[in-house]
Amino acid sequence: MSAIVELQGIRKSYGQGTPVVTEVLHGIDLSIANGEFAALTGPSGSGKSTLLNIIGLLEAPSSGRLSVDGQDTAGMSDATRTALRGRSIGFIFQFHHLLPGFSALENVMMPSIIDLGWSSDQAEKTAMQLLEQVGLKDAAHKRPSELSGGMQQRVAIARALSLSPRLILADEPTGNLDTHSADEIFELLQSVNRERQSACLIVTHDPRLAARCQRQIQIVDGQLI
Amino acid sequence: MRLPFAWMVCLRYLREGRMQTLLILAGVTAGVAVIIFLTTLISQLQASIIDKTLGSQAHIVMKPPRAENLTILPASSTAAIVQPRAQRLRSIDQWEAVALLAAQTLGVQAVSPILSGAGFAARAEANQPISLLGVDPQAYQRIVRMDKYLTAGRFDVSGANTVIGVELAKDLGVTVGDKVRIITMDGTNDLLTIAGIFDIGNRDLNRRWVYSSIKMAQSLLDLPGGITQIDLRVTDLFQAERSALELQAQTGLTVESWMQTNAQLLTALKSQSMSNNLIRLFVVLIVAVGIASVLVVSVVQKQKEIGILRAMGATPSRVMSVFLMQGGFYGLLGSVLGSALSLALLNFFSRVSRNADGTLLISPDIEPSVVAWACALALVVGLLAAALPARRAASMDPVQAIRS
Repeated sequence: MSAIVELQGIRKSYGQGTPVVTEVLHGIDLSIANGEFAALTGPSGSGKSTLLNIIGLLEAPSSGRLSVDGQDTAGMSDATRTALRGRSIGFIFQFHHLLPGFSALENVMMPSIIDLGWSSDQAEKTAMQLLEQVGLKDAAHKRPSELSGGMQQRVAIARALSLSPRLILADEPTGNLDTHSADEIFELLQSVNRERQSACLIVTHDPRLAARCQRQIQIVDGQLI
Repeated sequence: MRLPFAWMVCLRYLREGRMQTLLILAGVTAGVAVIIFLTTLISQLQASIIDKTLGSQAHIVMKPPRAENLTILPASSTAAIVQPRAQRLRSIDQWEAVALLAAQTLGVQAVSPILSGAGFAARAEANQPISLLGVDPQAYQRIVRMDKYLTAGRFDVSGANTVIGVELAKDLGVTVGDKVRIITMDGTNDLLTIAGIFDIGNRDLNRRWVYSSIKMAQSLLDLPGGITQIDLRVTDLFQAERSALELQAQTGLTVESWMQTNAQLLTALKSQSMSNNLIRLFVVLIVAVGIASVLVVSVVQKQKEIGILRAMGATPSRVMSVFLMQGGFYGLLGSVLGSALSLALLNFFSRVSRNADGTLLISPDIEPSVVAWACALALVVGLLAAALPARRAASMDPVQAIRS
């Protein structure tokens, strides 16, 4: 089983060039295999989000090697990195982060519109299937503000799946939901992982949910334990 | 409808910020309308002023050089009072050659030799001082469109025919077909038949100008074969001074362009154009600042969404194009609406305000080139004004933007 993400000696510090340099990550070595379903846990301030952002190519590490989907990201231009991110990684945020001006369907189509530069019938068909899969076929033309928190998060999951990414990064996807909705979302993620063989890395505070993952990665003070 | 990404997002944002969009569109519309309206109005007024002033005038007049006193001793070495010489009526030397030279000068459109001198027009007990103008009717018509000003008869000065102004005709109580005696200073006189009466819109000239053939004027003014001035018309009005200087250098004659004789008019036209340009500049600045400020606010409001779009794979240049397009949209749609508004304004004003004689003060016609310029300007201003906010949006750090 080859790795979708490989980190070697990843360090990240903020405030470089200023008198106060804070190192948040102190040399992380981590590999996530294709199709793996892993939880990333740790207390707040431990560097979970920073690690997730680095894996998600939203932030560049200060040092260390990072390869995503077999491509070494060192020295990549912003545009190339952005394209790799768009195609290989699906994001699910704690607060759904849907675009308020667009319908659920359009939100799900957005990654493919960005990738192609145009919207297409194919993209609409795929988006509709994804919404059906997350049980929101009837809400396709509603705006995010017309949906409940759990529904919004399901739209966000459908959006993350839009380009069939090989890695899904979820930053506390259930943190904002009641237990019942949280369970539903978690089960949805599990089924996506099973059916599509997309690797999932889920940041969570909830030990109950973390226990249900194949693998638990713990981070404390910027180091994996 | 299948739109490109940037278009789709741009239009959605415009629709979302409906109030902002409408307000800034109204601003751009008003700006474009002011520019087109003002430019059309001022160019029409200027054209009409120039036409009225220069319609009855030559653009360039060539006259014999002034006769100067010739002193043997330098004036400073002797205690002498030197009186300026009286300028008698003199002919231009070799005027045929001078006229030919003038006709061949670049920019000169028409040449008309004229013989003019003082005299009186008399009928029964009435007599009036006049300026007698001996002209070649065909050449002269190319300088001053006399047929346009005729109120009665024809512009016919052949043989013993004459054409006089409407005021003189009234003073003498004559009309077309009547006879009038023209007397010059040395008593030479002849009886001329009135073939036409003109009104060139200036009472003084309507009373003074009396046209005859060159031959008739030469005999009355006792200047056989002579010509006292050559009138010229040029293609480009504002190049008249240049042609005048060139001819003066070549001929040694006194050559004056309308720009010298109507220096005040020229200054008025120039300051009018300048104030128009100033107003246009400020309107453009205000529109640009308006568009930029709306977009700056919009970029801040959309910060989080920009971050999400970036996380989903939108490159900085895609994000930039979304906001550039908004600026371009404001400019383009504003200029279309502004053109329509200015057309409506011109139509309205052309109906409301008229000249004293009832003719149109403003014509509702807009030069297509003015509209094209205004639209192009609005589009460029829109894009330029959007450039700064768009760059800011593009350079946003996605992590920071999402967290905001």
